[in-house]
Amino acid sequence: MRGMMLNSTAGKAIDRRAFTLGLAGVATSIGMGGAAMAQDMPAEVQSVLKTLIGDATPIDGKISLQLPEVAENGNTIPYSVEVESPMTETEFVKAVHILAPSNPHPRVATFNFTSQSGKAATSSRMRLGQTQDVLAIAQMSDGRVYKTKRTVRVTVGGCGG
Amino acid sequence: MSTKPRIKLPDTARVGEVIEVKTLVSHVMETGVRRDGEGKTIPRLLLHTFEAKFAGMDVFKASLHTGTAANPFISFFMKVPGPGEFEFTWIEDGGARITDRQLLKVA
Repeated sequence: MRGMMLNSTAGKAIDRRAFTLGLAGVATSIGMGGAAMAQDMPAEVQSVLKTLIGDATPIDGKISLQLPEVAENGNTIPYSVEVESPMTETEFVKAVHILAPSNPHPRVATFNFTSQSGKAATSSRMRLGQTQDVLAIAQMSDGRVYKTKRTVRVTVGGCGG
Repeated sequence: MSTKPRIKLPDTARVGEVIEVKTLVSHVMETGVRRDGEGKTIPRLLLHTFEAKFAGMDVFKASLHTGTAANPFISFFMKVPGPGEFEFTWIEDGGARITDRQLLKVA
């Protein structure tokens, strides 16, 4: 009798774990929402994301973010970003946000395009205080939001102290 | 507050062509998180906005934050609507402006 109870408790615990894992799997497969994406990030990054894209759920794709894999000097790291879009009057990229979540302040730059842009591409130079995943988020004219990230290993940080 | 910006445009362009415009301006882009030798915080001084207009129309805008490097380099693209002049503006914390104009030769 006692043995039965123990067994049944153990069974429940395993079931619950299996269920939780299952849910996590589903969340991953449908693409993580803005909130889920920001979950492991510092509070300032979460509030910045909320300000920039609200409750939109960014999906992977459309963005090509070029960055060096290793940066010897974090003070000036060249990057370029391009978003797939026909860039017509009715279908264009409105904005691209670049974030460095592990910098003292996460925002790098926001670029606003118009249907006159011809292509949604830009290049600039960023500062990175330490090794991290740089995030690019694109907002399209129809409200869809895309994301991508690139890991940059920083040898000497660029935020000075 | 600064030296003259450097702008690179193609020598000539055709109507409908997508051209790249490269810009560079000298600026410290002080983040406000650094400290001087005495441990005092050096106040933030950024160029927070870059705007490009062509023939009076908005073409491109960038909001620059602390993660943008000193002497900001920015390049962008434009589909040439016809002949005209570019107007570039950088705005510093406090409202000071750097402006530059460049004529685009359209063949």
